[in-house]
Amino acid sequence: MTPKVTSGVPRHIAEILKANRRSFLKSAGLFAVGFAVDGAALLTAQTAAPGPYIDPDYHQLDSWVVIHQNNTATFYVGKTDCGQGTGTGFRQLMSDELDIAYDQTTCIMGSTDNTVDQGGSGGSTAMERDSWPMRRAAAEARRVLLELGSARLGVPVDQLTVSNAVITAKSDASKRVTYGDLIAGKKFNVTLTGTNVNAVTGIAKVKPVQELKATGQSPQRYDIPAKVDGSLKWAVDVKLPGMVHARNVKPPFAGAKLMSIDEASVNKLPGFVKVVSKGNYVAVVCEREEQAIAAARQLKATWEKPATAPFPTSEGLFDYMRAATPTSTPRPNVTGNPEAAFSGAAKILEAEYAIPFQGHTCIAGAHATADPSNGLMTIYTNDMKSYGMRNGVAAFLGMPREKVRVVWMEGPQGFGRTAADDAGFEAAWIASQIGRPVRIQWMRNEETAWDTKGPAFLVKMRGGLDAAGNLVAYDYNARSCDYNHVGYNEPDTVLIAQLQGVRIARPNGGSSATPSDMYAIPHRRMAGEVVSLPLIWETPLRTGNLRDPNGPQSTFPAESFIDELAAAAKTDPLEFRMKLLQGDTKDDSGFKRARSIAALKAVAELYGWDARPSPKPVGTGNILTGRAIAYSFRGQSVVAVIAEVEVNRQTGRVWTKRLACAYDCGLVVNPETLRHTAECAMLHGLSRALHEEVQFDTEKVTSVDWMSHPTLRHADVPERIEVVLVNGDPNPNRGDLPPYGGGEAALKPMLAVISNAIHDATGVRIRRAPFREARVLAALKAAKV
Amino acid sequence: MSKITLKVNGSTHTVDVEPATPLLYILRNDIGLQGPRFGCGLGQCGACTVIINGVATRSCITPVSGVKSEITTLEGLSAPGRLHPLQQAWIDEQVPQCGFCQNGQIMTAKAMLDKIPHPTDAQIREAMNTTLCRCMTYYRVQAAIKRAAKTIADGRRAKKEVAA
Repeated sequence: MTPKVTSGVPRHIAEILKANRRSFLKSAGLFAVGFAVDGAALLTAQTAAPGPYIDPDYHQLDSWVVIHQNNTATFYVGKTDCGQGTGTGFRQLMSDELDIAYDQTTCIMGSTDNTVDQGGSGGSTAMERDSWPMRRAAAEARRVLLELGSARLGVPVDQLTVSNAVITAKSDASKRVTYGDLIAGKKFNVTLTGTNVNAVTGIAKVKPVQELKATGQSPQRYDIPAKVDGSLKWAVDVKLPGMVHARNVKPPFAGAKLMSIDEASVNKLPGFVKVVSKGNYVAVVCEREEQAIAAARQLKATWEKPATAPFPTSEGLFDYMRAATPTSTPRPNVTGNPEAAFSGAAKILEAEYAIPFQGHTCIAGAHATADPSNGLMTIYTNDMKSYGMRNGVAAFLGMPREKVRVVWMEGPQGFGRTAADDAGFEAAWIASQIGRPVRIQWMRNEETAWDTKGPAFLVKMRGGLDAAGNLVAYDYNARSCDYNHVGYNEPDTVLIAQLQGVRIARPNGGSSATPSDMYAIPHRRMAGEVVSLPLIWETPLRTGNLRDPNGPQSTFPAESFIDELAAAAKTDPLEFRMKLLQGDTKDDSGFKRARSIAALKAVAELYGWDARPSPKPVGTGNILTGRAIAYSFRGQSVVAVIAEVEVNRQTGRVWTKRLACAYDCGLVVNPETLRHTAECAMLHGLSRALHEEVQFDTEKVTSVDWMSHPTLRHADVPERIEVVLVNGDPNPNRGDLPPYGGGEAALKPMLAVISNAIHDATGVRIRRAPFREARVLAALKAAKV
Repeated sequence: MSKITLKVNGSTHTVDVEPATPLLYILRNDIGLQGPRFGCGLGQCGACTVIINGVATRSCITPVSGVKSEITTLEGLSAPGRLHPLQQAWIDEQVPQCGFCQNGQIMTAKAMLDKIPHPTDAQIREAMNTTLCRCMTYYRVQAAIKRAAKTIADGRRAKKEVAA
């Protein structure tokens, strides 16, 4: 049968690519090509699309809001929704500012030639930063429409009212006009001001919180139905006429040098097209996907191992990190006189915490499809930072920016993996070599071994209590294994560039992290150093941003050590924290101290906290139970979590029976989506607490699948998860209450809270993540529990 | 290459492929079905799950030549334009985040509910335990399965009452 070719372009993207918008958008700085919706018509249309791909102008109101004849609106935003419902949230906020019903709107995001560059997604910035220019643009559109309505109806603006995109004279309801009647088919032609995209604004002001209607409600996410009935076209689903499939052949050893390729080992295979190679980068191209997979496995190549070991073993990692000379030692952050305070302390505690490398390990490998037709390059990708990929690929291939565009489509949530989207660069490079559209996807072993990693941390803690059990001296000293941390889609740091021999002059210094808390500790020192592995290029242990980069790694020691101090002071751990928070009255601009106190109180109430010192007396049965608390913040988002665990004394298995969370993200746009995001973030943190660790020998990463880099499973899930959304602002009803980021913070305290709960149940403190069964069992046995 | 005939979601397709090719690639690339997706190619994650003979089957490790019975994919779970109670429950509980694995979650749950109409929490955890989700939507997956089981049971009861 003839293979069925479908466009693979989602309806919402196809919609904006319709030819009838072309001339309209072109003058707004947007140029849409003549795609057809669905079916094979797509690609003939594409060949008729010559480019260039001009950057949509964020100073043009028409780039943000389009009103249609049927009185609906489409919002164009420069973000990508990786699954946390931000698109729904943007629609809610923009609908409110425009005064149109939520269900009369749609949202288009992330395609470089159709939506302004807001950077894509990352860093929990969607609501906190990027929703502001969207709101101001929508508010400006409303203002302009009211002026147009005033002229049309002959009624002054202040005598008009607007509801659901219909403008009505206050004194005469028969005098009415819809937004669609006023503007559909025409342009606003309104220039916005602001020195950058985040500062974009018109004349209109945004509404006070009290006037927002859809905001604060929980409309169901618009992207979910197509995800459960099989109709969504994902980035993995793109099919183009003449498209071939590529698979990488990775070096079998880290730092290996390619000596030769035996093309005869594969060139008789069915569907073989080509072996492409440059430097140590190798890929095989075939007509069909399974042919490419087979050929990549079968290709014979000889590789030379590096003269010295690229890294220690994963078992030896922390010894290596202890002994290493730091690549950077930033000046510590010091309050008071810690050394004098330690000298005067009645009791001093010291502890060392360790967090291994943890992978992003997406549910599917990196993937992209690139189309090199007509001397242009279109990349279909799930890259969260599609705009950065456009710049990166253009520079990597030496093409003018305006000849490259990136179409963002849905894909597996990556939590930072696609910030350096290797597959997009690979697809584009191979397509440029062979002149045909190329689809590439990484295999499981390749993704798990070679994806970007969250850096390993080793943290030394020291604390001093006075005779009354007050924390008077504190020392936090972290080392992260993060030298040459990869950036965002940079043409000289993505893996294909490294393998092809590209080297930037100055490697990225990497970073460590200090704790995120509002504790008032009179004498405090916090320092974060970075160390490097021997191999920094072409390494499967390259570090990248993993959901709240470094946050879980710094919060684990910080919030577990606070628990150790509370235990040493024989004080209830919640009371101990409260005392530290209330030891000062100074607050920051976002009232984080007040909101930290409110979050801790809220979570204690939600859980039904029973005040007592930890640990509790060890039980007698096989199952030991305990509960604990931890708290942190990310940006201005404050989170407090209580976990209740069962520890099996015979097996070492830890099951988290219950999770309670208080989450203060300021203005809540969509409560249901935010709660869902918090639930999932907590479970992601639980996965990192219990299971995740990258293992390696001195030649290669040996974590290559879901057995060797395990993840949380259904059986691990708590029987009860509760999230209460808190507004701890001292003036909770203020009209300018801002939304804070919700995507990451709830993960942050999870390693600490689980370790603390294990301690409460067993009296044993586990300071090395993850808390896998064997590690916990060994610790229990060593402590004779 | 050899000609192989497959019955998928009520339609018959003949493809000319290597007999050892995993079913997944035929469904996706030749038949144009995109519910099943590649996650690991090892049968470890479940993203590629289809139902064959009532069994949740990992199409990424199932050679196409070995498939003799009808295949049901996510797209074939219900008549066009209608949703299976599981799919509706997935919307009601707002289960997915990215949604990439949800094909496997839904299809595995379907095969389980066909065998165990009223699963206990422990049975759900056991039946679903090898179906992975990296967004960690597990809590809502489990809630949606219970919701769907109730919807299906209520539907059966209503049917019985009408018949009586």
